[in-house]
Amino acid sequence: MIIGALALQGDFREHLAVVSRLGHQPVEVRTPEELAAVDALVIPGGESTTMGRLASLYGLIDPLRHRIDEGMAVLGTCAGMILLAAATTGPDQPQLGTLDVVVERNAFGRQVDSFEADLDVAGFDAPVHAVFIRAPWIHKVGAAVEVLSSVPDPATGEPRPVFVRQGNVVATSFHPELTGDDRIHGMLIDLMEAT
Amino acid sequence: MSPGEHGTDLVKRGLAEMLKGGVIMDVVTAEQARIAEEAGAVAVMALERVPADIRAVGGVARMADPSRVDEIIEAVSIPVMAKARIGHFVEAQVLQSLGVDYIDESEVLTPADDHHIDKRAFTVPFVCGARDLGEALRRIGEGAAMIRTKGEPGTGNVVEAVRHMRIMNRQIRRLTILGPDELMSAAKELAAPYDLLTEVARTGKLPVVNFAAGGIATPADAALMMQLGCDGVFVGSGIFKSGDPSDRARAIVEATTFFRDPDKIAKVSRNLGEPMVGINVDTLQPQDRMQDRGL
Repeated sequence: MIIGALALQGDFREHLAVVSRLGHQPVEVRTPEELAAVDALVIPGGESTTMGRLASLYGLIDPLRHRIDEGMAVLGTCAGMILLAAATTGPDQPQLGTLDVVVERNAFGRQVDSFEADLDVAGFDAPVHAVFIRAPWIHKVGAAVEVLSSVPDPATGEPRPVFVRQGNVVATSFHPELTGDDRIHGMLIDLMEAT
Repeated sequence: MSPGEHGTDLVKRGLAEMLKGGVIMDVVTAEQARIAEEAGAVAVMALERVPADIRAVGGVARMADPSRVDEIIEAVSIPVMAKARIGHFVEAQVLQSLGVDYIDESEVLTPADDHHIDKRAFTVPFVCGARDLGEALRRIGEGAAMIRTKGEPGTGNVVEAVRHMRIMNRQIRRLTILGPDELMSAAKELAAPYDLLTEVARTGKLPVVNFAAGGIATPADAALMMQLGCDGVFVGSGIFKSGDPSDRARAIVEATTFFRDPDKIAKVSRNLGEPMVGINVDTLQPQDRMQDRGL
């Protein structure tokens, strides 16, 4: 089947390499026409303000919302999670609102606070090696959202969700596309095949 | 969760991966940083003067004043980079302590040493300029997590950046067809670390992201560098030394995303006002060629 990656900016090539590795056809999506042709979509890591601005400018926000509301499977990583979310704790920026969470951008701090670590995930046999790069975490979770993994807030120790699922929408604060662990893209493919 | 590891190669190189397909803009004030973010920049480079003004003013060019860097960090949510002089590891220590997200060890500033900074000693990642594969691999060997062409900064003339990217592509292509018995002499010719060189020979690409920099002034310049295989674009003087910085910044961002689409590049290139005044690289005196610093 055809799996697209939103290719306005960011590490979409790494996501599409995983798609190929898992035996599906990778496609770069920059226009509503290209979006219409995919069976599932990845929204990659990158800068959420840049992607959001370009998505608004090129008329992608409504078609993206429409496809996701209709049940298209979608995976958002880092900036992708921010784009999928309902709101951020900071100033307004273009968002899809298809994932009922409020995200906090750059929640861990600046780049010197970026890190990699092993993460336990609900339903996974072995931990995921996760890389967090100026990563967001989820500040507030809606009722329909399932939290699959959290990390302790470095200041308070409170658990902060970093991997969630709501129906056909999967989102991570970290970057499975950079670590060669294909299980999370596998979830996207399972969701796609289930619809 | 296992204890987090900071400042690893993956974490350092990973941020550059996230900047791909984007435009990093030189800014000298918080106001310019906000204009850049609003226009869709993926990061800003905080500095005291843009390269064109460094040329005009002359004298020794140094790291920006820490209060200026602070103001810019305060003004935007996107990553903030800043320049340190080649070899000036204390400027780099200061920038790291200010919370800068990436340090550009840059030939635009006046070099402080014949040696480059030992970049592995830092948690913050570094980007360095390179005119060819040997330079790129030496910098990566020192710990650079991102490479950019040197071009000829502050000229508004893209020719040198094009030249550097073509040389890099040609040298990488050549490596991929050499036999294992030929790689050591290739490493000697390029003055490149052998292990990194064999990695490039095997994969056919640099192990880190490679951006265009040095002389990019128009949307078409940005798309040209992207079509030549760059992962993204730095624009130094080209934006805030032009007639209408905000419109030009937006146009360069769009041309970088749609770099294979001439119709879109034509559309965004209309009525942008005066570009920065360019300099013919042939007329520069040897001492004014920034690209020859720190090889």
